[in-house]
Amino acid sequence: MNRIRAIEQQQIREDLPEFKVGDTVKVSYKVVEGGRERVQPFQGIVIKRHGEGARETFTVRKLSFAVGVERTFPVHSPKIMKLEVVTRGKVRRSKLYYLRDRIGKAARVKELR
Amino acid sequence: MGKAILGRKLGMSQVWSDDDRLIPVTVIEAGPCVVSQVRTLAKDGYRAIQIGFGDIKESKVNRPMKGHFAKAGVAPKRYLSEIRLADGEEFKVGEEIKVDIFEPGSHVHATGTSKGKGFAGTIKRHNFKGGPGGHGSHFHRAPGSVGQCATPSRVFKGKKMPGHMGSETITVRNLEVVRVDVEQNLLLVKGAVPGGKNSLLTIRTV
Repeated sequence: MNRIRAIEQQQIREDLPEFKVGDTVKVSYKVVEGGRERVQPFQGIVIKRHGEGARETFTVRKLSFAVGVERTFPVHSPKIMKLEVVTRGKVRRSKLYYLRDRIGKAARVKELR
Repeated sequence: MGKAILGRKLGMSQVWSDDDRLIPVTVIEAGPCVVSQVRTLAKDGYRAIQIGFGDIKESKVNRPMKGHFAKAGVAPKRYLSEIRLADGEEFKVGEEIKVDIFEPGSHVHATGTSKGKGFAGTIKRHNFKGGPGGHGSHFHRAPGSVGQCATPSRVFKGKKMPGHMGSETITVRNLEVVRVDVEQNLLLVKGAVPGGKNSLLTIRTV
Protein backbone atom coordinates (compact mmCIF):
# COMPACT_ATOMS: atom_id res chain seq x y z
CA MET A 1 0.00 0.00 0.00
CA ASN A 2 2.81 2.38 0.90
CA ARG A 3 4.43 1.91 -2.46
CA ILE A 4 1.21 2.77 -4.24
CA ARG A 5 0.93 5.82 -2.00
CA ALA A 6 4.48 6.79 -2.96
CA ILE A 7 3.55 6.66 -6.65
CA GLU A 8 0.52 8.85 -6.00
CA GLN A 9 2.53 11.24 -3.83
CA GLN A 10 4.66 12.21 -6.83
CA GLN A 11 1.58 13.37 -8.71
CA ILE A 12 0.28 15.73 -6.05
CA ARG A 13 0.43 19.39 -7.05
CA GLU A 14 1.48 21.84 -4.36
CA ASP A 15 1.15 25.00 -6.45
CA LEU A 16 -2.65 25.33 -6.32
CA PRO A 17 -4.32 27.53 -3.70
CA GLU A 18 -6.33 25.94 -0.93
CA PHE A 19 -10.07 25.93 -1.58
CA LYS A 20 -13.10 24.47 0.09
CA VAL A 21 -16.66 23.49 -0.69
CA GLY A 22 -18.74 26.65 -1.09
CA ASP A 23 -15.94 28.73 -2.58
CA THR A 24 -16.40 30.34 -5.96
CA VAL A 25 -13.45 29.36 -8.12
CA LYS A 26 -12.23 30.10 -11.62
CA VAL A 27 -10.59 27.07 -13.21
CA SER A 28 -8.41 27.61 -16.28
CA TYR A 29 -8.51 24.24 -17.96
CA LYS A 30 -6.40 23.21 -20.94
CA VAL A 31 -8.50 21.88 -23.82
CA VAL A 32 -7.09 20.17 -26.91
CA GLU A 33 -9.27 20.61 -29.96
CA GLY A 34 -8.07 19.07 -33.20
CA GLY A 35 -4.43 19.40 -32.29
CA ARG A 36 -4.87 22.98 -31.09
CA GLU A 37 -4.51 23.85 -27.45
CA ARG A 38 -6.42 26.56 -25.68
CA VAL A 39 -7.31 27.47 -22.14
CA GLN A 40 -10.97 27.36 -21.20
CA PRO A 41 -12.13 29.16 -18.07
CA PHE A 42 -14.86 27.67 -15.92
CA GLN A 43 -16.16 29.71 -13.03
CA GLY A 44 -18.65 28.54 -10.42
CA ILE A 45 -19.28 27.25 -6.93
CA VAL A 46 -17.45 24.19 -5.65
CA ILE A 47 -20.24 21.83 -4.60
CA LYS A 48 -18.17 18.83 -3.65
CA ARG A 49 -14.71 17.46 -3.07
CA HIS A 50 -14.45 13.72 -3.44
CA GLY A 51 -11.69 11.21 -2.72
CA GLU A 52 -8.31 11.83 -1.18
CA GLY A 53 -4.68 12.15 -2.12
CA ALA A 54 -3.78 12.22 -5.79
CA ARG A 55 -7.17 10.81 -6.79
CA GLU A 56 -9.19 13.67 -5.31
CA THR A 57 -11.71 15.44 -7.54
CA PHE A 58 -13.88 18.51 -7.14
CA THR A 59 -17.10 19.54 -8.85
CA VAL A 60 -17.87 23.09 -9.92
CA ARG A 61 -21.44 24.19 -10.62
CA LYS A 62 -22.43 27.24 -12.59
CA LEU A 63 -25.40 28.54 -14.51
CA SER A 64 -24.85 28.81 -18.21
CA PHE A 65 -27.71 30.55 -20.06
CA ALA A 66 -30.06 29.61 -17.20
CA VAL A 67 -29.03 25.95 -17.44
CA GLY A 68 -27.15 24.39 -14.56
CA VAL A 69 -23.78 22.98 -15.62
CA GLU A 70 -21.54 20.87 -13.40
CA ARG A 71 -18.00 19.88 -14.22
CA THR A 72 -15.77 17.56 -12.26
CA PHE A 73 -12.01 18.06 -12.34
CA PRO A 74 -9.21 16.02 -10.76
CA VAL A 75 -7.62 18.32 -8.19
CA HIS A 76 -4.09 17.38 -9.24
CA SER A 77 -4.68 17.40 -12.98
CA PRO A 78 -1.80 18.84 -15.02
CA LYS A 79 -4.46 20.28 -17.31
CA ILE A 80 -5.45 22.86 -14.70
CA MET A 81 -3.34 25.82 -15.79
CA LYS A 82 -4.57 28.16 -13.07
CA LEU A 83 -7.04 28.03 -10.22
CA GLU A 84 -8.26 31.25 -8.65
CA VAL A 85 -10.46 31.51 -5.60
CA VAL A 86 -12.86 34.37 -6.36
CA THR A 87 -14.81 34.33 -3.09
CA ARG A 88 -14.74 32.21 0.03
CA GLY A 89 -18.13 30.76 0.93
CA LYS A 90 -19.61 29.98 4.32
CA VAL A 91 -21.44 26.64 4.22
CA ARG A 92 -22.54 24.01 6.71
CA ARG A 93 -22.50 21.00 4.40
CA SER A 94 -19.65 19.10 2.77
CA LYS A 95 -21.75 18.48 -0.36
CA LEU A 96 -23.91 21.30 -1.68
CA TYR A 97 -26.35 19.17 -3.64
CA TYR A 98 -29.23 21.34 -2.36
CA LEU A 99 -28.12 24.06 -4.79
CA ARG A 100 -29.40 21.92 -7.65
CA ASP A 101 -32.98 22.36 -6.49
CA ARG A 102 -32.71 26.11 -6.06
CA ILE A 103 -32.82 28.90 -8.57
CA GLY A 104 -32.14 32.59 -8.51
CA LYS A 105 -31.42 34.28 -5.20
CA ALA A 106 -31.93 31.08 -3.21
CA ALA A 107 -29.06 29.38 -5.02
CA ARG A 108 -26.47 31.64 -3.44
CA VAL A 109 -23.84 30.77 -0.89
CA LYS A 110 -23.12 33.12 2.01
CA GLU A 111 -19.80 34.83 1.71
CA LEU A 112 -17.22 34.32 4.41
CA ARG A 113 -15.98 37.52 5.98
CA MET B 1 14.98 -13.65 -25.90
CA GLY B 2 11.61 -14.49 -24.40
CA LYS B 3 10.64 -12.42 -21.43
CA ALA B 4 8.91 -13.75 -18.34
CA ILE B 5 8.83 -12.77 -14.70
CA LEU B 6 6.82 -13.56 -11.58
CA GLY B 7 5.22 -10.81 -9.56
CA ARG B 8 2.85 -9.88 -6.78
CA LYS B 9 -0.16 -7.67 -7.35
CA LEU B 10 0.01 -4.67 -5.02
CA GLY B 11 -3.18 -2.94 -6.07
CA MET B 12 -4.51 -0.36 -8.48
CA SER B 13 -3.96 3.34 -8.88
CA GLN B 14 -3.82 5.96 -11.59
CA VAL B 15 -1.07 7.96 -13.27
CA TRP B 16 -1.00 10.87 -15.70
CA SER B 17 0.29 10.20 -19.19
CA ASP B 18 2.58 12.51 -21.13
CA ASP B 19 -0.40 14.05 -22.91
CA ASP B 20 -2.17 14.64 -19.57
CA ARG B 21 -4.61 11.76 -19.77
CA LEU B 22 -5.45 9.75 -16.67
CA ILE B 23 -4.47 6.09 -17.05
CA PRO B 24 -5.78 3.39 -14.68
CA VAL B 25 -2.87 1.18 -13.69
CA THR B 26 -2.19 -1.98 -11.73
CA VAL B 27 0.95 -1.82 -9.62
CA ILE B 28 2.86 -5.10 -9.65
CA GLU B 29 5.93 -5.95 -7.63
CA ALA B 30 7.73 -7.94 -10.31
CA GLY B 31 10.85 -9.87 -9.49
CA PRO B 32 13.69 -10.09 -8.87
CA CYS B 33 13.41 -13.69 -10.01
CA VAL B 34 16.10 -16.31 -10.26
CA VAL B 35 16.37 -19.15 -12.75
CA SER B 36 16.41 -22.35 -10.72
CA GLN B 37 16.24 -24.90 -13.53
CA VAL B 38 16.44 -25.00 -17.31
CA ARG B 39 14.43 -27.58 -19.23
CA THR B 40 16.12 -28.56 -22.46
CA LEU B 41 14.82 -30.33 -25.52
CA ALA B 42 17.55 -32.95 -25.28
CA LYS B 43 16.98 -33.87 -21.66
CA ASP B 44 13.34 -33.07 -20.95
CA GLY B 45 11.73 -33.05 -24.36
CA TYR B 46 10.66 -29.42 -24.17
CA ARG B 47 12.16 -26.01 -23.60
CA ALA B 48 11.29 -24.07 -20.47
CA ILE B 49 12.75 -22.21 -17.54
CA GLN B 50 11.86 -22.59 -13.91
CA ILE B 51 11.98 -19.32 -12.03
CA GLY B 52 11.65 -18.56 -8.34
CA PHE B 53 10.24 -15.45 -6.72
CA GLY B 54 9.83 -14.10 -3.21
CA ASP B 55 11.91 -14.57 -0.09
CA ILE B 56 11.16 -17.34 2.36
CA LYS B 57 12.56 -18.28 5.72
CA GLU B 58 15.05 -21.12 5.62
CA SER B 59 13.05 -23.02 8.25
CA LYS B 60 9.90 -22.95 6.12
CA VAL B 61 11.53 -24.90 3.28
CA ASN B 62 11.23 -28.67 3.42
CA ARG B 63 14.13 -30.97 2.70
CA PRO B 64 13.35 -32.01 -0.85
CA MET B 65 12.95 -28.37 -1.86
CA LYS B 66 16.13 -27.42 0.00
CA GLY B 67 17.96 -30.02 -2.05
CA HIS B 68 16.46 -28.67 -5.25
CA PHE B 69 17.59 -25.13 -4.47
CA ALA B 70 21.03 -26.32 -3.31
CA LYS B 71 21.51 -28.16 -6.59
CA ALA B 72 20.80 -24.96 -8.50
CA GLY B 73 22.95 -22.98 -6.10
CA VAL B 74 20.29 -20.37 -5.42
CA ALA B 75 18.65 -19.13 -2.23
CA PRO B 76 15.24 -20.71 -1.48
CA LYS B 77 12.27 -18.89 -2.95
CA ARG B 78 8.60 -18.90 -1.97
CA TYR B 79 7.18 -19.45 -5.41
CA LEU B 80 8.52 -21.60 -8.23
CA SER B 81 7.02 -21.58 -11.67
CA GLU B 82 7.92 -23.19 -14.94
CA ILE B 83 7.46 -21.07 -18.03
CA ARG B 84 7.74 -22.53 -21.50
CA LEU B 85 9.91 -20.37 -23.70
CA ALA B 86 11.03 -21.23 -27.21
CA ASP B 87 14.51 -19.93 -26.41
CA GLY B 88 14.57 -21.18 -22.83
CA GLU B 89 17.90 -22.93 -23.34
CA GLU B 90 19.64 -19.57 -23.59
CA PHE B 91 19.07 -18.97 -19.89
CA LYS B 92 21.54 -20.16 -17.28
CA VAL B 93 20.76 -21.55 -13.85
CA GLY B 94 21.29 -18.85 -11.22
CA GLU B 95 20.66 -16.03 -13.66
CA GLU B 96 18.68 -13.14 -12.21
CA ILE B 97 15.64 -11.76 -14.02
CA LYS B 98 14.69 -8.21 -13.11
CA VAL B 99 11.83 -6.02 -14.14
CA ASP B 100 14.05 -4.04 -16.54
CA ILE B 101 13.45 -6.70 -19.22
CA PHE B 102 10.22 -4.80 -19.96
CA GLU B 103 10.12 -1.31 -21.34
CA PRO B 104 7.35 1.28 -21.20
CA GLY B 105 5.07 1.20 -24.22
CA SER B 106 5.48 -2.53 -24.87
CA HIS B 107 2.71 -5.05 -24.28
CA VAL B 108 2.61 -8.01 -21.88
CA HIS B 109 0.29 -10.84 -20.88
CA ALA B 110 -0.60 -11.27 -17.20
CA THR B 111 -1.71 -14.64 -15.82
CA GLY B 112 -3.19 -15.04 -12.37
CA THR B 113 -5.89 -16.71 -10.33
CA SER B 114 -9.17 -14.83 -10.26
CA LYS B 115 -10.95 -14.02 -7.02
CA GLY B 116 -13.07 -16.92 -5.78
CA LYS B 117 -16.81 -16.30 -5.73
CA GLY B 118 -17.86 -19.64 -4.21
CA PHE B 119 -21.03 -21.39 -5.35
CA ALA B 120 -22.75 -18.85 -7.57
CA GLY B 121 -26.14 -18.86 -9.27
CA THR B 122 -26.77 -18.35 -12.96
CA ILE B 123 -27.33 -14.61 -12.70
CA LYS B 124 -23.89 -13.92 -11.25
CA ARG B 125 -22.11 -16.77 -13.04
CA HIS B 126 -23.55 -16.62 -16.55
CA ASN B 127 -25.25 -13.22 -16.64
CA PHE B 128 -28.78 -14.66 -16.84
CA LYS B 129 -31.58 -12.11 -16.81
CA GLY B 130 -33.69 -13.11 -13.82
CA GLY B 131 -37.41 -12.62 -13.44
CA PRO B 132 -39.49 -9.57 -12.52
CA GLY B 133 -39.19 -8.38 -8.95
CA GLY B 134 -42.85 -7.86 -8.20
CA HIS B 135 -46.39 -7.83 -9.62
CA GLY B 136 -47.15 -11.27 -8.19
CA SER B 137 -44.18 -12.87 -9.89
CA HIS B 138 -42.74 -15.80 -8.00
CA PHE B 139 -39.84 -16.15 -10.44
CA HIS B 140 -36.81 -14.13 -9.36
CA ARG B 141 -33.31 -15.60 -9.63
CA ALA B 142 -34.00 -19.21 -10.67
CA PRO B 143 -32.32 -20.52 -13.86
CA GLY B 144 -35.64 -21.49 -15.52
CA SER B 145 -36.06 -24.37 -17.91
CA VAL B 146 -32.97 -26.48 -18.63
CA GLY B 147 -34.28 -28.19 -21.74
CA GLN B 148 -37.16 -29.93 -23.55
CA CYS B 149 -39.34 -32.98 -22.76
CA ALA B 150 -39.32 -36.46 -24.36
CA THR B 151 -36.92 -35.34 -27.08
CA PRO B 152 -34.09 -35.22 -26.18
CA SER B 153 -35.14 -36.32 -22.67
CA ARG B 154 -31.81 -35.22 -21.25
CA VAL B 155 -29.98 -32.02 -20.45
CA PHE B 156 -27.37 -31.01 -22.98
CA LYS B 157 -23.75 -31.05 -21.94
CA GLY B 158 -22.32 -27.65 -21.16
CA LYS B 159 -25.71 -26.26 -20.11
CA LYS B 160 -25.08 -23.11 -18.09
CA MET B 161 -26.02 -23.88 -14.50
CA PRO B 162 -25.15 -22.74 -10.99
CA GLY B 163 -21.83 -23.87 -9.63
CA HIS B 164 -18.42 -22.82 -8.46
CA MET B 165 -17.26 -19.50 -9.82
CA GLY B 166 -13.87 -17.82 -9.76
CA SER B 167 -10.51 -19.13 -8.50
CA GLU B 168 -9.58 -20.04 -12.04
CA THR B 169 -6.50 -19.22 -14.05
CA ILE B 170 -7.12 -16.18 -16.20
CA THR B 171 -4.77 -14.54 -18.68
CA VAL B 172 -5.27 -10.93 -19.64
CA ARG B 173 -3.49 -10.30 -22.92
CA ASN B 174 -1.80 -7.25 -24.37
CA LEU B 175 -1.62 -5.01 -21.35
CA GLU B 176 0.37 -1.88 -22.01
CA VAL B 177 3.41 -1.32 -19.79
CA VAL B 178 3.07 2.22 -18.46
CA ARG B 179 6.09 2.49 -16.21
CA VAL B 180 9.00 0.38 -15.03
CA ASP B 181 10.74 1.15 -11.74
CA VAL B 182 13.90 -0.97 -11.56
CA GLU B 183 14.99 0.31 -8.14
CA GLN B 184 11.75 -0.69 -6.45
CA ASN B 185 11.02 -3.64 -8.78
CA LEU B 186 7.70 -2.12 -9.75
CA LEU B 187 5.81 -2.66 -12.97
CA LEU B 188 2.82 -0.51 -13.84
CA VAL B 189 0.47 -1.92 -16.47
CA LYS B 190 -2.61 -0.28 -17.90
CA GLY B 191 -5.87 -1.86 -16.77
CA ALA B 192 -6.80 -4.62 -14.38
CA VAL B 193 -5.23 -8.02 -13.79
CA PRO B 194 -6.90 -11.10 -12.25
CA GLY B 195 -6.80 -11.81 -8.53
CA GLY B 196 -6.76 -9.89 -5.31
CA LYS B 197 -3.97 -7.95 -3.68
CA ASN B 198 -0.80 -9.93 -2.92
CA SER B 199 -1.76 -12.64 -5.42
CA LEU B 200 0.89 -14.22 -7.61
CA LEU B 201 1.11 -13.18 -11.25
CA THR B 202 3.07 -14.39 -14.23
CA ILE B 203 4.01 -11.59 -16.58
CA ARG B 204 5.31 -12.49 -20.01
CA THR B 205 5.55 -11.35 -23.58
CA VAL B 206 4.05 -13.46 -26.37
